Amino acid sequence: MRRSLLLAMVLSAALALGSAGMAFAAEKPAKNQTLTFNLSVEPQTIDPNKSTGVPEAIVELNIFDGLTRLDKTDRPVPAIARSWKISKDGKEYTFHLRDAKWSNGDPVTAYDFEYSWKRALNPATAAEYAYYLYYLKNGEEYNTGKIKDANEVGVKAIDAKTLKVTLTAPTAYFLSLTAFPTYMPLNKKAVEAGGDTWYTKMDTLVTNGPFKIVRWSHQDKLEMVKNPNYWDARKVKLDKLVYTMVEAESTELTMFETGQIDLGHFPPRPELPRLREQKIVKFTPYLGTYFYEFNTSKAPFDNPKVRKAFAMAINRRQIVEKVTKAGEVPAMAWVPYGMPDAKAGTDFRKSGGEFFKDNDVATAKKLLAEAGYPDGKGLPPIEILYNTLEMHKAIAEAIQEMWKKNLGANVTITNQEWKVYLQNRTDGNFQVARAGWIGDYVHPMTFIDMMISNGGNNRSRWADKKYDDLVEVAKTTTNAAKQYKAMHDAEKILMDAMPILPIYFYTQPVLQKSYVKDVAISMLGFFDFSSAWIAQH
Amino acid sequence: MIFLLQYFAKRLVSIILVLWVVASATFLLMHAIPGGPFTTEKVLPEAVLKNIEVRYKLNDPLWQQYVDYMGNLLRWDLGPSFKYEGETVNNIINRSFPISAQLGLYAILLALLVGIPAGIISALKQNEWPDNLAMFGATIGFSVPSFIMASLLMFVFALKLRWLPAAMWGTPQQAVLPTLALASLPMAFFARLVRSSMLEVMNQDYIRTAKAKGLSGNTVIWRHAVKNAIMPVVTYLGPLTASIMTGSFVVERIFAIPGLGQHFVTSIYNRDYTAILGITVFYSILLVLFNFIVDIAYAFIDPRIKYVEEKE
Repeated sequence: MRRSLLLAMVLSAALALGSAGMAFAAEKPAKNQTLTFNLSVEPQTIDPNKSTGVPEAIVELNIFDGLTRLDKTDRPVPAIARSWKISKDGKEYTFHLRDAKWSNGDPVTAYDFEYSWKRALNPATAAEYAYYLYYLKNGEEYNTGKIKDANEVGVKAIDAKTLKVTLTAPTAYFLSLTAFPTYMPLNKKAVEAGGDTWYTKMDTLVTNGPFKIVRWSHQDKLEMVKNPNYWDARKVKLDKLVYTMVEAESTELTMFETGQIDLGHFPPRPELPRLREQKIVKFTPYLGTYFYEFNTSKAPFDNPKVRKAFAMAINRRQIVEKVTKAGEVPAMAWVPYGMPDAKAGTDFRKSGGEFFKDNDVATAKKLLAEAGYPDGKGLPPIEILYNTLEMHKAIAEAIQEMWKKNLGANVTITNQEWKVYLQNRTDGNFQVARAGWIGDYVHPMTFIDMMISNGGNNRSRWADKKYDDLVEVAKTTTNAAKQYKAMHDAEKILMDAMPILPIYFYTQPVLQKSYVKDVAISMLGFFDFSSAWIAQH
Repeated sequence: MIFLLQYFAKRLVSIILVLWVVASATFLLMHAIPGGPFTTEKVLPEAVLKNIEVRYKLNDPLWQQYVDYMGNLLRWDLGPSFKYEGETVNNIINRSFPISAQLGLYAILLALLVGIPAGIISALKQNEWPDNLAMFGATIGFSVPSFIMASLLMFVFALKLRWLPAAMWGTPQQAVLPTLALASLPMAFFARLVRSSMLEVMNQDYIRTAKAKGLSGNTVIWRHAVKNAIMPVVTYLGPLTASIMTGSFVVERIFAIPGLGQHFVTSIYNRDYTAILGITVFYSILLVLFNFIVDIAYAFIDPRIKYVEEKE
């Protein structure tokens, strides 16, 4: 704290000298280092083994520290692991741990990781994200009860400072996974003392991250302070971090504008143009694709030509500029921007390019005629299914209009409550359904492997053996060039068959006061406050 | 005395019957809607889902789940929430009901203290300016939905004037806007109700008689008219107290108040089975209880109502 203060003072002095008379000077940290962020919902849990959602992760990533941590650009960097060695076949990782302490003073050891990972996989724990650990050898077998002995799972503490991990296949993004909540260490003593609700009691909530929770007022707010026992505590500048749980978007905005919160991430959409003009909102990249999904088992969408015709008859630019208005990017491909390619520093999307032209009505009409529906004659009525939300409705109405005008299709739109809509999609009771997919880790595979034949999340019922084979190659090879080529090829097959119709790549709108500095906002939707600070204002 | 006990016993039986019907109907309806608590956007692997179903006993046959649930209900054990890990429904109610109840009581008190006098004055000054003013206010309070009222109050007093904090709960200042938002409808309702029943009562024969006997205007109004005009308010107060004390979804959501009201709606969205049931049953208990209290209160206020047959 003192060092950074001194540095900031020297810097600001230098700048003031150099830019005398100019409107700005380097900002000094404020006296009161308290940041209030609207998390917007009550976390369902903060047991890292059991959590699944982004809000929960935004809590856990700031109170726990895993083997790795994602930096500002979402690359994994050493955290509790000081260094690691990966075997030639890419299946064995040996992590060397640094000296770190839990908030209660216990040392953080390799045993804490082994305990936590096995706990997440234990069928009795019934963790939803247990399958995040299926990368470990025998992880799936243990979780599904095929083997009973937890010691056969591919994670072992050799000693207090060495963790050996064995995977079923080389996994290029494994070091990103180890930064994820499910992979956080747990203090066995505390967890066992507290039972199922260890994390709700302040005396058994033992953590090892930049902050520690001091008060959790349910559905109201969560108060954290800097954790003096954190191994990198010198880096942490905030003294206090408060998360509020205000769900109503317009209330969040009013609280932001009246100074009750400093940072929020759900501005009401109708207000976006104004907020943008006033430079109150900014849009950060978000690893997600908004798309429509065809039911490929029912006519007319069992015909790839019809699917492509419908995909090309949409004006995406108009949708992002006139309807959604949050700086989204029209998607003429499946995998969003922001993910690495084989060569360091390149972007998978940029090198993969776009697969078709936006708003290509001529080609769309031609394809539809080839499929036997010239000018839409003979097309059955089409129904778009979406979950009840104003924005989805607005998009569906725009698309309804475009399909009517461009293809002569008779389109209706239907909304359903969230869980009813999910159930109907899973059961195949739809023709075209609105959908979204948010990446779990920063690697194209998080999008590519969703569409494998019979994949649980592939509700389009599309299946292609060649696609599956390419995914398998990408998942098992240790050769990066080969791996990325396989994923590019797979995406080409997917866009050729068009079981899903990409519309746009998401962005994350953020309400941030100008004095809030260095919050790391991940493309995965996480907010990391370990380097954040408040400037004088 | 025996008759009174008989009356209580009868009421108790009917209350238990009502609660049983409510709990059973909710149980069946809840399982009939598509999608369950673990229907998620990212589909869970079979095995993971099975582990969860075993943990929450969702793999038992439905009748078994029903019997278990009713058994637990008798012991007021409402079970674990499916949405909030490691949280019980009892806990949720215990911590959020007092907040909603506190806010609800403020709102009811405000509504009574403003609504009833406004109604009385309106009736006495019928078609004069105080009447017009009060009824204008009542029409607004009556017709503006609470989400608009809440947003409007926040816009004016928090955003524009900066007199009060926009949202959240804890300080007395934070209670002002939600109390106003919550009180506006019952306040308007009370004012209109009292006004119309006052007008009716004032034309009754016994009031004329009282006046003819030479009683002063004030005595007639306060001893005779108001006491009778207030009856409809008492009737309405029972269900109102139950519903307002268990919280309003809209007001609690807009003002970010950690009360029970939000759970009525979100538990259904989440298919949080135990929470849906627990909260519905809890609300029903309060409702029948307050209705019961109102029925008793009648006996004290209205001499025409008697629950015990008087012997000749």
